[in-house]
Amino acid sequence: MSDTIVSLPDQSTARIPKVNYLNKENGLLSWLLTSDHKRIAILYLISITFFFFIGGALAGLIRLELLTPQSDLMATDTYNKVFTMHGVIMIFLFLVPSVPATLGNFLIPIMLGAKDLALPKINLLSWYLYMAGGLLALYTMMAGGVDTGWTFTTPLSTHYVNTNVLTTGLAIFIAGFSSIFTGLNFIVTIHKMRAPGMTWFRMPLFVWAHYAASILMVLGTPVLAIAIVLVALERTIGIGVFDPAKGGDPLLFQHLFWFYSHPAVYIMILPGMGVISEVISTFSRKRVFGYTAVAFSSVAIAVFGFFVWAHHMFIMGISNYAVLVFSLLTMLVAVPSAIKIFNWAFTLYKGSITFETPMLYAFGFMGLFTIGGMTGVFLGTSGTDIHLTETYFIVAHFHFVMVGGMLMAFLSGIHFWWPKITGRMYPEKISQLAAVVTFIGFNLTFFPQFILGVLGMPRRYASYPPEFQILNVFSTAGATILGVGYLLPVLYLTWSLKYGAIAGNNPWQATGLEWQIQSPPLTENFTELPIMDHEA
Amino acid sequence: MSHISPVIWQFLVKWMTNFALFPPEASRIAPQMDALLFFITLVSLIGLTIVVLLVVSFSILYSKKRHPVAVQIEGSTLLEATWTIIPLGLFLVMFVWGALIYFRVFTPPANAMNIYVVGKQWMWKAEHPGGQHEINSLHVPTGQPVQLTLISQDVFHSFSIPAFRVKREAIPGRYTTVWFEATTPGTYHLFCTQYCGTDHSQMIGDVVVMTPGDFKQWLASSTSGASLAQNGERLFASLSCAACHNTRPDARGPSLANVYGAKLPLATGETITADDAYLREAILNPSQHITQGYAPIMPTYQGQVSEEGVIALVEYIKNLNSDYRIQQTTNTTDLLPESEGKAAPAAAQTTAPGKVKP
Amino acid sequence: MSDSTAIAHGAPADAHEEHPSYLRHHFNSVEQQSDATNFAMWLFLLTEIMFFGGLFTAYLIYRNWYYPAFVAGSHQLNVVWGTLNTVVLICSSFTMAMGVWCAETRRRRGLVLCLSLTFILGLCFLGIKGIEYREKFEMHHVPGQHYSLQSFLDPQSNPEVYAEYHDKPLALDMARHTEIYFSLYFALTGMHALHMIIGIGILGFMIYRARDGAYTAGHTTFVENFGYYWHFVDLVWIYLFALLYLISRHQ
Repeated sequence: MSDTIVSLPDQSTARIPKVNYLNKENGLLSWLLTSDHKRIAILYLISITFFFFIGGALAGLIRLELLTPQSDLMATDTYNKVFTMHGVIMIFLFLVPSVPATLGNFLIPIMLGAKDLALPKINLLSWYLYMAGGLLALYTMMAGGVDTGWTFTTPLSTHYVNTNVLTTGLAIFIAGFSSIFTGLNFIVTIHKMRAPGMTWFRMPLFVWAHYAASILMVLGTPVLAIAIVLVALERTIGIGVFDPAKGGDPLLFQHLFWFYSHPAVYIMILPGMGVISEVISTFSRKRVFGYTAVAFSSVAIAVFGFFVWAHHMFIMGISNYAVLVFSLLTMLVAVPSAIKIFNWAFTLYKGSITFETPMLYAFGFMGLFTIGGMTGVFLGTSGTDIHLTETYFIVAHFHFVMVGGMLMAFLSGIHFWWPKITGRMYPEKISQLAAVVTFIGFNLTFFPQFILGVLGMPRRYASYPPEFQILNVFSTAGATILGVGYLLPVLYLTWSLKYGAIAGNNPWQATGLEWQIQSPPLTENFTELPIMDHEA
Repeated sequence: MSHISPVIWQFLVKWMTNFALFPPEASRIAPQMDALLFFITLVSLIGLTIVVLLVVSFSILYSKKRHPVAVQIEGSTLLEATWTIIPLGLFLVMFVWGALIYFRVFTPPANAMNIYVVGKQWMWKAEHPGGQHEINSLHVPTGQPVQLTLISQDVFHSFSIPAFRVKREAIPGRYTTVWFEATTPGTYHLFCTQYCGTDHSQMIGDVVVMTPGDFKQWLASSTSGASLAQNGERLFASLSCAACHNTRPDARGPSLANVYGAKLPLATGETITADDAYLREAILNPSQHITQGYAPIMPTYQGQVSEEGVIALVEYIKNLNSDYRIQQTTNTTDLLPESEGKAAPAAAQTTAPGKVKP
Repeated sequence: MSDSTAIAHGAPADAHEEHPSYLRHHFNSVEQQSDATNFAMWLFLLTEIMFFGGLFTAYLIYRNWYYPAFVAGSHQLNVVWGTLNTVVLICSSFTMAMGVWCAETRRRRGLVLCLSLTFILGLCFLGIKGIEYREKFEMHHVPGQHYSLQSFLDPQSNPEVYAEYHDKPLALDMARHTEIYFSLYFALTGMHALHMIIGIGILGFMIYRARDGAYTAGHTTFVENFGYYWHFVDLVWIYLFALLYLISRHQ
């Protein structure tokens, strides 16, 4: 890895630009009342990292408990609360907003040549809603937690638990509106704020991916919101829409819930795919292979993504013919992901490749996402789903896509644009080490869970038959390595804020519009209106 | 090896001796499902290998050192088509193969023996037709298709037997079914796999597969005295069902002899097959299931009969294969004087469905 | 890439051109600004459609399953109040549309008048809804512990309704499903009323600002977009009125 091409300015004369978005105004209030998309991205980055580590600590507790077959570290009730809060925090407070609200917020206006998102105040409102939801989730934890699982299955969540379902539901409801407003803002910005010459097919693939994800956010999230409202009403005043005792159908809740929550996984992964497109293209010094195919596959995922929700219910007694349709559609949604993977691989062909940290994470993403995606096909195939669903196979598949895919992409993106965001570089060797450690830790944690799943170990079990212990020990051991892998970036990235080398405008010699302006950028991004005159 | 910690050493030895990638195959469907699992695994491994090979070889061949200037390539429609069509084709093969297995798992053969399973927080209760009750265990014979009719008394549960490769949710308010044919005697895991509250992980048990001979012995030794249908008969009598559902010409309700499996014309004009689910619905929500020609006078028994009670009633009705059988039940009951309720039109009597002369 | 540095050519921003004060800094022109905000409003209404869509789906499914219960439940609603409310809302839509016109033609007093009328009509709607809710409360038709099946098991116990529809008594199991109807009735009208309350709140804010001429100086986007919202909420009510009150009237 000696042939890195990072071109740092001469460090003796290098300077962070005198005026930039970070130092234009000072004081806490200038941050809390800002409408600058870049500052809001920073606010999001800090809060999301905070919630990630809370969710991560809960994951650590889960793995510790599963070290032994008995439920000896905590009572089963506590365990149930821990995995529920882990799910709620990681999904609604980390994965859904992670890339869009930080990197998307920061980069989309710049990539389009705009001064800000179309609705800057709504953008700030999104962050406040996110924080309100987040704090409510924290309050729920303090007040005794909730033990329904993040899926809130009725009638368990409506009639059979007496934990804090209402505050959790409200937290998700509020965080959901934060997500709706972010998506809405992105769509409006992409439609109406493009610089002259920035045609749809000159937009970076990062923007295309966010466009597709935003459509899902805007159309899917309200359905989750209404499902939560109905659960809350059933708990409080006792309406009977999901109550089988009154003639309501609990399966209706499943339909409404998964109508959002399945597209939600595409909300989570699509922006990550956008990051990978940019990173691979930059570090192989080529345009992405098959730009149009990659762009349209994002949209195809968004469209098909809306019509596969019932594959979460294959064994729940829905009609066999519905199973046929949803299984077929699930197969169709797997194709665009395959297209993306192969296009990324062929982007490397005849490139001029270097292996900086973002690229290492991107390679990690490609391997892990391929496994995650293929195991999705195991579950989309109706026959094998019978055996594999509701076991650790699901857990492993989901974590391969979300942690192996999304989190790798997030870290790749953070490392890629860190010089642009802060104006400084991080230490390259340590960051490469962190990428490798994360990859190893991840595989050790989650690969054994595939085998556990095939063997039949059910998920959400605080105790399990002793023959599953060995693989669980591997998994827990891997989790500790993974934990180190996640702590390292926090340490060296924080360190770099003060001591990192000055990055200059374009340390990677990348081509995107964002690299043509100073780092960190000016509050208004561009001194003059940019004109786009060639393909991205 | 003395420098390796003995704990880790033991651990490794234990792992090597106990390592398994698949649970035992103890049912007819298990090898079929595993074949598909192997196929998808194989395709996945090939796919993964291709991706890894591409990435690694390109990374070596076109690293900055060897290949200092990148060649810009727009893309290739031919390649795009290749990696659209080939994965799509493979996925479609899996889809069809998977659907075949899915339909096999959820379409029981006609000669299947039925066992009812009721899930509740946090135990499984199995009821054999012979009246044998089991909690958190299930005894089945080899070589005999067994159909499970599942229902939950409270929240969603899921009945999972990994060694059989079958799993089905038990849902409140409706029956679901699944079937299997055990092949290898032994004791296997039974799990609840749908999260159902505090003691979800304690809702486990054993599935004991026995040779037909052993199973017969087990049935004989664990009988509770009355068969499920007999329990149902008792309930049928005590709820005074026979006051209307009898064989008299002026009966207010349709005769239930041979009703199971028959095609019933409903008052709404549709025709429905009277299966377990229909019988349960007709007991709990009668007004939506009025047989053509009868007045909607049957009261609901929702809240009066437990799920086990409904199961006993369903099992009793299933076994009513002659009017004579009902007659006997009627005779064992203190019937209400039937001065009232001759409302059912006489014309309907002759066309009363499901009525077969003994 | 060789041309990487030449990606952005500058086009000098028109720093000297006169900008109206309401043009926000990040937009290049007034058209872009109003275009973007209008588009955002339409997208927001799309999310609202999905929000109510979940409830409408539930309504359609259960109506299909428990048809007699839904007919009987619907007969318990007061069509007179419902029709009156529809009229009130349509009038408010008219005054709102007039308000937008006043803003566009820069009539400050007209705008304040129209907004105030809309405000009052909105309150009227909520008042009438309140009366209806009270009726339901008194009849024990609010789902939950105190829900009573009497009106469905014995329709004659409510002579007014009986005189109009001559409903036959429902069987107990079907009568129980009327609770689903009222669950959906309260969820749907409740969510709608919540939207009305939010709308009325914003109207109050707008009236306050309109008196100082905030929307009559050429920048009418806010009034326009609120108009979309208000019409949307009206439209939802039209569907609710049809589905909850009217569709089962003659069954």
